[in-house]
Amino acid sequence: MHKIGVFVCWCGTNIAGTVNIDEVVKAAAEIPGVVAAQNYQYMCSEVGQKLVKSTIKEQSLDRVVIASCSPRMHEATFRKTAQAAGLNPFLVEIANIREQCSWVHKNKEEGTKKAIALVRAAVAKAAGNTELIPGEIGVEHRALVIGGGIAGIQTALDIADAGYEVDIIEKTPSIGGKMSQIDKTFPTLDCSACILTPKMVDASTHPNITLYTYSEVEKVSGYVGNFEVTMNQKARSVNMEKCSGCGICSSKCPSRTTKSEFDEGLRNRGAIYTPFPQAVPNVPVIDREHCLKFQSGKCGVCEKICPAGAIDYTQEDTKITKKYGAIVVATGYDIISLDKFGEYQYGSHPDVITSLEFERLTNAAGPTGGKFVRPSDHKKPKKVVFVQCVGSRDKSERGKSYCSKICCMYTAKHAMLLGDKYPDIESYVFYIDVRTPGKNFDEFYRRAVEEYGVHYIKGMVGKIFPEGDKLLVHGVDALTGETIKIDADLVVLAAATQAKPDAEALGRKLGISTDMNNFFTEAHPKLRPVETHSAGIYLAGACQGPKDIPETVAQASAAAAKAIVLLSKDKLVNNPCVSEVNENLCSGCLECTHICPYDAISAKELEMNDHGKITKRTVAHVNEALCQGCGGCTVTCRPGALDLKGFTNRQILAEVDAICQ
Amino acid sequence: MSVEATKAVSEIKSEFAPLIVAFCCNWCSYAGADLAGTSRLNYTANVRIIRVPCSCRVNPYFVLRAFQRGADGVVIAGCHPGDCHYSTGNYFTRRRFSVFTNLLEYLGIEKDRFKVDWISAAEGNKFASVMNELLEKVHQLGPNRKLRDSRWKR
Ligand code: SF4
Ligand code: SF4
Repeated sequence: MHKIGVFVCWCGTNIAGTVNIDEVVKAAAEIPGVVAAQNYQYMCSEVGQKLVKSTIKEQSLDRVVIASCSPRMHEATFRKTAQAAGLNPFLVEIANIREQCSWVHKNKEEGTKKAIALVRAAVAKAAGNTELIPGEIGVEHRALVIGGGIAGIQTALDIADAGYEVDIIEKTPSIGGKMSQIDKTFPTLDCSACILTPKMVDASTHPNITLYTYSEVEKVSGYVGNFEVTMNQKARSVNMEKCSGCGICSSKCPSRTTKSEFDEGLRNRGAIYTPFPQAVPNVPVIDREHCLKFQSGKCGVCEKICPAGAIDYTQEDTKITKKYGAIVVATGYDIISLDKFGEYQYGSHPDVITSLEFERLTNAAGPTGGKFVRPSDHKKPKKVVFVQCVGSRDKSERGKSYCSKICCMYTAKHAMLLGDKYPDIESYVFYIDVRTPGKNFDEFYRRAVEEYGVHYIKGMVGKIFPEGDKLLVHGVDALTGETIKIDADLVVLAAATQAKPDAEALGRKLGISTDMNNFFTEAHPKLRPVETHSAGIYLAGACQGPKDIPETVAQASAAAAKAIVLLSKDKLVNNPCVSEVNENLCSGCLECTHICPYDAISAKELEMNDHGKITKRTVAHVNEALCQGCGGCTVTCRPGALDLKGFTNRQILAEVDAICQ
Repeated sequence: MSVEATKAVSEIKSEFAPLIVAFCCNWCSYAGADLAGTSRLNYTANVRIIRVPCSCRVNPYFVLRAFQRGADGVVIAGCHPGDCHYSTGNYFTRRRFSVFTNLLEYLGIEKDRFKVDWISAAEGNKFASVMNELLEKVHQLGPNRKLRDSRWKR
């Protein structure tokens, strides 16, 4: 028979107000196996914990039940208390008689009855508790950052500065991300490249950082502290060691039909190309789909012309597998396609552009050398109309229901940039609401209105008609109800941001979830905003939802801090409430392996010596480091060979029985 | 149903005090119950919670056992689909128990005595209303006698 101690807490009047403590203590003392039943005003206080400790020692208790607040509040506290008294901490059970009882039931009689039932159930469960010892797992002191935009770069720099090795894996040929395409940044109007490029260089020269560009994550296995990631490094067809980055190859490449991704299609690039002049690494890649050599065998100009002999058409994709302790996801965002927004003429009229195209058009390094001209006839526009919320805050299936968050600010920025360069250009902004909640944001927007005289019109644009070399913009002023017609030379659409199209697939590889909009989900929207539900995997930047640069950088550093905490440990303690196979009962059907979300169960061969004859038998085996203790497998197992420590079948059935008494 | 309405019901049928066993997952529904507590939502006292790590830990046998031991209603509550702490656990719960509900009916246990529902950590209100609604249904059905083990006294 066990020697169980029950400690009933008053929680001041929080419990004692609606539960008759004396009756609970009396009833507890009568439960078979209970040798001590005590009560105290505040069991979690030092005095209360002392009482628990001394009773454990004096009465040689081997199980402890605390009837108090929610285990989510103080289970850890009382486990430590028990441990201090020499008891295994997993021999402690909590009966939640505050949140589940005194706080929700006003009637004292009912409350007391229920509290007794909850104590009975906890005692029944405690009787089935066993000593559990958490396992220890080692930690690989290296981090992987997925995505080489500003979020990934900042994360990697912070982790690397703390002294840990970091790898950045980036899908495109260069790091830099969306920020590298931007001309100026709000609310300070400093030049984006001027603040980003040094960071890109820092990342590429940092002794602790390794860049894997033109590479993608292929497979992820393992668990916190011990991830194993296989990536696929696409063949660049250029030898990175030999290439000096002179760029002759790109300028001489005869294939010129491909739209430059970096310049948002506003100019063409060669089949061998470096995305932009400041690219890191400054080594071109051959886009094999558009390369004449690869497509028809004729050409080979770059090979002939390259002074360094760096071109290598025979290069192949390489698979690299490495181990990491922590992973930070920083894959960023995209903007939506505007195919379904026919009323705005995007795609059918060259002078209707997106904001990202606008960035390239005003950029000194952009396709027009920073001269702001219309794509159609290269004339300077006189009237520019900006349309905000194109697809944002749009519940219809063509749009996104959320606010893209950055458009109000960058539209104000665009109008101001125009005003600075060409004071004679008139700017009109159609908006639903102007949202400026960041630091110095509202001041920035007001400057656009007050100093630059940008015309803000509350209302949406209904339709745009091309007329001659103008674009007739039809809208409604929602404040006056007036119809508005503007003969614009150029229209700029602030298209909604969206998650990367492959976010869900990456999420599946990593075992992290995405929300209804395919952005990655944080473990808790307020209290754990940079963690995911999978231990050791963190989020940074717009892959989690629309974010501006300051927010992205802040979160990147936060994710780095979290990763550093993990990497700084030599050993991790894991949850001992894991599943366990009774090999005698296991039939080897391996049904359980299919249900486990963590791939924690695998097949194991048992050798049996049957009177000298060696036979083999397959059974399931649980990897305790991988098992997170959900218990799903236990229900799948038909012979009942699997059980979950800390929540065994017998314990739960005992609780059911006790509750129904 | 409102808390007041539930009370009215329980007053009318005061001779029948139903017992409801609730299996709640640690991450969402148990936390939802905690929130109902911290928000002082006054729901029926006839509910007894059993904490499980995930709703997928609940073996159908546990539900049968509760009915055998005289529970008048059983509810399994987990995180909303897509929000499972273990990513897919509650999908298994959903599938398993949609089959199991049919079996229960076959055994003579009315469908309305049993419920699988999703209650997030932020839904203290929902926790209270799910419990009250189940209580109301069980009140209408009367005590569970079909599966109840007559040797088991409550
Ligand atoms: S489901 Fe059960 S019997 Fe089948 S392999 Fe897994 S542990 Fe063994
Ligand atoms: S308890 Fe959950 S995590 Fe652990 S082995 Fe079973 S299914 Fe996998």
